[in-house]
Formats: sequence, structure tokens, C-alpha cells
Amino acid sequence: MEDFALKWAGFWEKFAVGEAWKRVLGVGLVNTLVIALSGLLIGIVIGTLIAAVKVMPKYKRLPRALDRLCTLYVGFFRGTPIVVQLLIAYYILWPLLGFYADSLYTCIIVFGLNSGAYVSEIMRGGILSVDPGQMEAGRALGLSYGVTMLKIIVPQAVKNILPTLGNELIALVKDTSVVSFVACVDLYKTFTEIGNRSYEYMIPYLFMALMYIVIVALITLLIRFVERRLRKSDRNH
Amino acid sequence: MIETIDLVKRYGDHTVLKGITTEIRDGEQVAIIGPSGSGKSTFLRCLNCMEDATSGSIIFDGVDIADMSVDINLHRRHMGMVFQQFNLFNNKTVLQNIMLAPVTVAMSDRRKIRREAFFVRLANLFRRNKKPVPDYGKTPAQIKEEARANALRLLAKIGLTEKADVYPSTLSGGQKQRIAIIRALAMNPKVMLFDEPTSALDPEMVGEVLSVIRELAEENMTMVIVTHEMGFAREVASRVLFMDDGLITADGTPEEIFGNTENERLRSFLSKVL
Repeated sequence: MEDFALKWAGFWEKFAVGEAWKRVLGVGLVNTLVIALSGLLIGIVIGTLIAAVKVMPKYKRLPRALDRLCTLYVGFFRGTPIVVQLLIAYYILWPLLGFYADSLYTCIIVFGLNSGAYVSEIMRGGILSVDPGQMEAGRALGLSYGVTMLKIIVPQAVKNILPTLGNELIALVKDTSVVSFVACVDLYKTFTEIGNRSYEYMIPYLFMALMYIVIVALITLLIRFVERRLRKSDRNH
Repeated sequence: MIETIDLVKRYGDHTVLKGITTEIRDGEQVAIIGPSGSGKSTFLRCLNCMEDATSGSIIFDGVDIADMSVDINLHRRHMGMVFQQFNLFNNKTVLQNIMLAPVTVAMSDRRKIRREAFFVRLANLFRRNKKPVPDYGKTPAQIKEEARANALRLLAKIGLTEKADVYPSTLSGGQKQRIAIIRALAMNPKVMLFDEPTSALDPEMVGEVLSVIRELAEENMTMVIVTHEMGFAREVASRVLFMDDGLITADGTPEEIFGNTENERLRSFLSKVL
């Protein structure tokens, strides 16, 4: 136990007095949140597009071709670990395409594409859960399939799947802990740096776990709050 | 106004409509009655292509809208439809429900004109004799204001002005259905299609919905109503179609249909429902 106190003192020395917290919060935490949030935003856009293709009536050739393409996309991004996707983008794709991308941007793009595959399935469920009568009513008024989808179906679908999207955000936040594979500095990396200074990792990692838990708890609260607000707009006026 | 020629609808092996040829004329109020499973609703839904006909033609305003190459959205703007389950947009307030289609349609027309105007301007750069640039028409603000005024006028007509800003989930079935009717009317349709408009309502709300439809009939709106309300069909309709097993087996004025004793199926159907 004395050992533990000693270790704690050592960690606190570096964290508070040595001002390592500035790097943890200013770089690590910010990057983690930026990657997770922008990843989710890109994911929602891509996921909605894929889901729209998936639920489209398939009389014509174009929707059928698009459908195949989306199946391939989802298959790839769900079928390979996100670390592999990061490595492919950073070490294979970018050099082959001949452009330099910052590791942070690489992470945002890859996390966006990856989460798009997952969100598409969530969104598809959400769209299917909306009463088909809503689409019929829109079409009967002379609105096109796309307009009805965008203005009527998707907003209701998003409301239905909000709790699940919250889960996706939480999963993304936790998944960001692998971005140091492509030299991006996140929460995990900053705590490892602290540990590296004295080869003492117990307290830094314990503290890191605590921080992840707090972030996730805050996100959960936020989602609850948004959900309640949305539901209110339905009942009262 | 709408003419169907040998309209057939098949779901797999099951033939629901077995070749219907009839015409709905301007200013006519047509009630379609018949036992369940006779294809009444399917026939109505074929009229605005909510169901695609398997074969046959549907001539609306001189155009065969059963033809898949026709832009059906343009024609549906002129056909209002009212559903059994109301189908008000749950994520929109009552006013937004009514305004959505008129505003969206007017805005997309405006975008089309703007696109044309752009190309005329572009071509004018190289023309000696400049062509006139098409007028954009109303501004978006004007479009919205007009649609809003029209929506409020319609709401006042059914006495639900105070419900303009509430969401549909707070309304009763009768209120929802009356709003669904004026939502369709906001597009100034040439014909209104009613798909069992009172079947999902509590009995005490049927009257308020029927009276809105009755008013429309008195204004000589062309309409087709699939209904189980025989009394209403008799009173409001100018013509009644009796459908049985995918065919129209009796067609005439309410007096002829409800007084008909020759058609065996019709007589037994009426004796059950009246």
C-alpha cells in the first residue's frame, strides 16, 4: 500500500506539477473527442445515404448497382478491424495516391467511413420502423421519393434511433484508443507518455480508465437530455 | 377526368382487379362499395398509381399515367388522397403538414425556372439577338406566406385554427382526418380520392369527417370514395359503383344501386350491411 502511495505521488508530480495535464486535456482529450464526434457526423451522413439506397425500391438497374456497392462497402468496413483500416489508409492508400495526410485527418476519415458502415445498419432499422403510411402520404401529395425521405422519414427515423446512435458514439470514443498506431496523439498516447518517463504505468493507466468512464458517462447524460427534449416536442406544444 | 381501360392488378398468382373499364367524369362524386377483398381500395390506389397497375391504362387529363415513363409526381399533385389511417406527418406541426407540399412544389418549380434562366443568360452572352430571361415568379418568402395564408384559411374552414401549431399526436382521430383532408386540398387538386376515410374512427367522430366531405361534394369537387357508410354513399354520391371479386358488377345512381333487386350479389351484400 505504501508502494501505491509512492506511485501516486510520482504520477501526481508529473501530472499536476509537471503540467502533463495540459497535454492530456489539450491534445489527448481534444483529439479523442474530435475524432469520435467528427467520425460520427461523417458516419451519419454516409450511413443515411447507404440506408436510403438499401431501402430504395429496386425496380431499376441503378439502385440495384448502388445496392451491391453499399453491400461491399459495409462488408469491408465491418469485416476488418479498425486498426487494419487505419494502417491501410495511412501506410498504403495515401502513399499510393501520392498525397500526404496528417494522421489526425486520416483518423477522422477512417473513423467516419468505418462508423458509416455501422450507422447504415442502425439507420436502415430506423427507416423501416417509420410507418409506411408516412411515405405513402408524401408520395400521394406529389412529393418525390427523395424529398419525402429527407423531410419526413429520416427525421422520424433519427429520433427513433437516437439511443442507438449514442451507443455508436460511445463505441467510437473507446475505439479512438487505437489511433496511436498511425502516430496520432490521443488520450491513451498522452498517458503512455507520462508512464514512459519513469517506466511506471500503473497509475497513469488507472487514471486513463477513469477518464474514459467519465467521458462515457457524460455522453450518456447528454444523449438522455437530447432524447427527452425531442420527445417533448412530440407531446406538448 | 380519370378513365381506366381494362385495368388489371395482380399480386403474384392472385388477381385482385380483373380488367376494370370505367370513367370518372368531371364534377362527379363516385362512391365505391362492395364486400371486403373485392378490390375497392386497390382500384382506388391504382388511380393515382400508389399501386402500379399490372396491365391496362389509366388516363388522367389525357395522359396515360400507368405508363412507367410518365413523371407520376407531376400528376399526383392534381390528385388529393385521404387515407384510412390519416397519415399526417408526425414530425411536423399541423400547419407544416398542410404547407409542406405546396411550398416544396412551388420552390422546385422556381428552381427549375432559375436553372432555365441561367442557361438563357449564358447563351445570351453569345447571341446577337438576346432572348428574354424568364421571370422567377414569386420569391420564396411570398411562396411561404401564400401557402401559410391558404393553410390558415382551410383550417378556419374546418374550425381548427387553434390547432395550427400542435403536433398530430395530440389530436383526436376526427381532427386528424379533417386535417388530412385539407392537407390534400391545399394542393388544389382536380380530384379527391378517399380510401375508407372513416373506417379507423371512433363512431362519434365519423360525423365531423363526413360533414367535411359533404361540403366538398356540395362545392362540386370531383371525388372517388371507397366507403362502408352506405347511408353516406346514398346521400352524397352522384354515382355508385358496386365491386365484387375484382370487377365492377353494378354501376348507377344511388337510387338504381340501392333499389336494385336483380343483381343477386348486390342484393345479398346490401341486406347484410343496411
